[in-house]
Amino acid sequence: MAPPVAADRDLRLDLFRGLALWLIFVDHIPSNAVNWLTIRNFGFSDAAEIFVFISGYTAAFVYLRTLRQHGPIVAGARILKRAWQVYVAHIFLLVIFMAQIAYVMSSFQNPLYAEEMNAFDFMQEPGITLLQALLLKFKPVYMDILPMYVVLLIGLAFILWPLDRYPHLVLGASVLLYLLTWRFGWNLPSYPSGHWFFNPLAWQLLFVFAAWCALGDENRLGWILRSNALLGLAVAFLVLSFATTLTWYVPGWTRFMPDAVARVIYPIDKTSLHLLRFVHFLALALVTVRLVPRDWAGLRRPIFRPAILCGQHSLEIFCVGVFLSFTGHTILVEVSPRLWMQVLVSVAGIAIMVAIASVMQWYKGIEKRRPGPRSPSPGLAGGEA
Amino acid sequence: MTRRLMLLALPAVASMMLLAADLARAKEICDTPEQFTQVEGRLARVAIMAAEKKIDILVEGTGSSALSGPDGEKIAYPARLQAALAKHLPGVTVTVRSDVRPRRTAVDMAKTLEALPAEALPGLVIWQTGTVEAIRQTDPTEFRDVLDRTVGKLRGRGIDVLLVNMQYSPRTDALISEGPYAEAMQWVAQQRDVPLFDRLGVMRHWSQSGTFDFSGSGRSQLAERVHDCIGRLLAFIIIENAGLVTKKPRASN
Repeated sequence: MAPPVAADRDLRLDLFRGLALWLIFVDHIPSNAVNWLTIRNFGFSDAAEIFVFISGYTAAFVYLRTLRQHGPIVAGARILKRAWQVYVAHIFLLVIFMAQIAYVMSSFQNPLYAEEMNAFDFMQEPGITLLQALLLKFKPVYMDILPMYVVLLIGLAFILWPLDRYPHLVLGASVLLYLLTWRFGWNLPSYPSGHWFFNPLAWQLLFVFAAWCALGDENRLGWILRSNALLGLAVAFLVLSFATTLTWYVPGWTRFMPDAVARVIYPIDKTSLHLLRFVHFLALALVTVRLVPRDWAGLRRPIFRPAILCGQHSLEIFCVGVFLSFTGHTILVEVSPRLWMQVLVSVAGIAIMVAIASVMQWYKGIEKRRPGPRSPSPGLAGGEA
Repeated sequence: MTRRLMLLALPAVASMMLLAADLARAKEICDTPEQFTQVEGRLARVAIMAAEKKIDILVEGTGSSALSGPDGEKIAYPARLQAALAKHLPGVTVTVRSDVRPRRTAVDMAKTLEALPAEALPGLVIWQTGTVEAIRQTDPTEFRDVLDRTVGKLRGRGIDVLLVNMQYSPRTDALISEGPYAEAMQWVAQQRDVPLFDRLGVMRHWSQSGTFDFSGSGRSQLAERVHDCIGRLLAFIIIENAGLVTKKPRASN
């Protein structure tokens, strides 16, 4: 019999997922100066990696309990139910998006932008566009992460049991799929053209790796987490990648990047999770885990409460964030694009996300108090998957 | 006596100060910071053409390199560029031709450029691209590669290239993600040592500094003024990067 799964919640997961949700919100407001402060400008990886890793980790952690209590069929069925919820959330956001686009189109006649108007072409045939959206082939900009999450969850439903039985074998298969994806340029098709912005065949590596970490006991990663040599390497890598990003943003510093290196590493592709992004995330995670131990008392301080709350209701808050970034963008366009407004919109958006997370938490409280059988939602046991 | 001297000197000092202010302003066209006008990339062929008193430029681009309407051709940036260059290079015949057709990708335009017959070859190609790719969300790596290859071929034939990236369009910002394509163009410009006019960055700067309000609708005046600024900025970059000595374009009007 496998050892029982630890029952207490790792608040670090909630905290960093909450922070990632804030960063994704800020990054998704186009032309927002505040997103200069987000981590994508300080290294290769960004909030997407944090979100995918923590989602994979928590999903595996939560459904492992189901797997051990009720077997692979029930665990798989519950994961698929979760995938369905994410899918429905995505379609809901898409409807809001279409409504906003219809509004923008109706008020947009500017000779300067005759060419950019082509971006609205998909509204000429709303029927086909909707059908393609339901098939997850049509995905507006900035709405790519949930479709990938749906695919990753469906995959998890089938690999959770093998991953628990033969963890290294499954992780090896995941690495192989990643390598083959790079070698042959595999990706899923999009409508009307192109491919998925977040290639699930590549990003699965991070998700499966996260699940692999979650399913293992302390010993699986213990020596890595304790090694000072690896910590030193991780810090060095983070410094190096920060220096690299400086050559992108500081005019004139480009010349410090040797051509030979540039030819090898560029472009640092997000679509297929470039190896440097993956390694950068691992380094970041390693340093973070060392800096913030699981039992650190500070995690319970009020200052971290807002981010933790958001992280505990990640799907809802993610959707709220996408909606707020649409709205924030509209305010910047219609009211004022100035810097103070960008700051105001960003801060107000995060405040709204926290407020809604608090309401969700309150709902959770009254649901618990309700007499009668509790719903078997996975969200209650170990937090959201 | 000293008092009278001072009185006499005042206008001179004042006019000198005005002149200095004017020179400082002349560095900027349409409130454009230097980071957008001081770009790297050599235009050796343009220098030769200028010495031969005949500059021949081809603008290869898509919809945003043209304006519609009866006056469209006159007020779009290729014509404004020709006017600005002619003004600053007296005695030089400047011709700016346009091959502007909508909805073309860099792949389409690369074919056109490579198929140009010898007699139609310009000395400088201003290649405006990236918008169609960003709208269709095509593969940025593919975009980068075709751009890199074609710029290399043009340079190999002794033709200078100047890249122009997308427009900043606040209302469609949430529909078009230009980032990866703009980065690809930046990369090619660096690798091939050709100048890149960061139209996206300049226009975003204008929007945020309040120079232009791009979210208004139905103002043909706006399009005309923006294209005029773009034409003058391109002229400035061409003159600077070809190392042509001239008086700087003026900031007036």
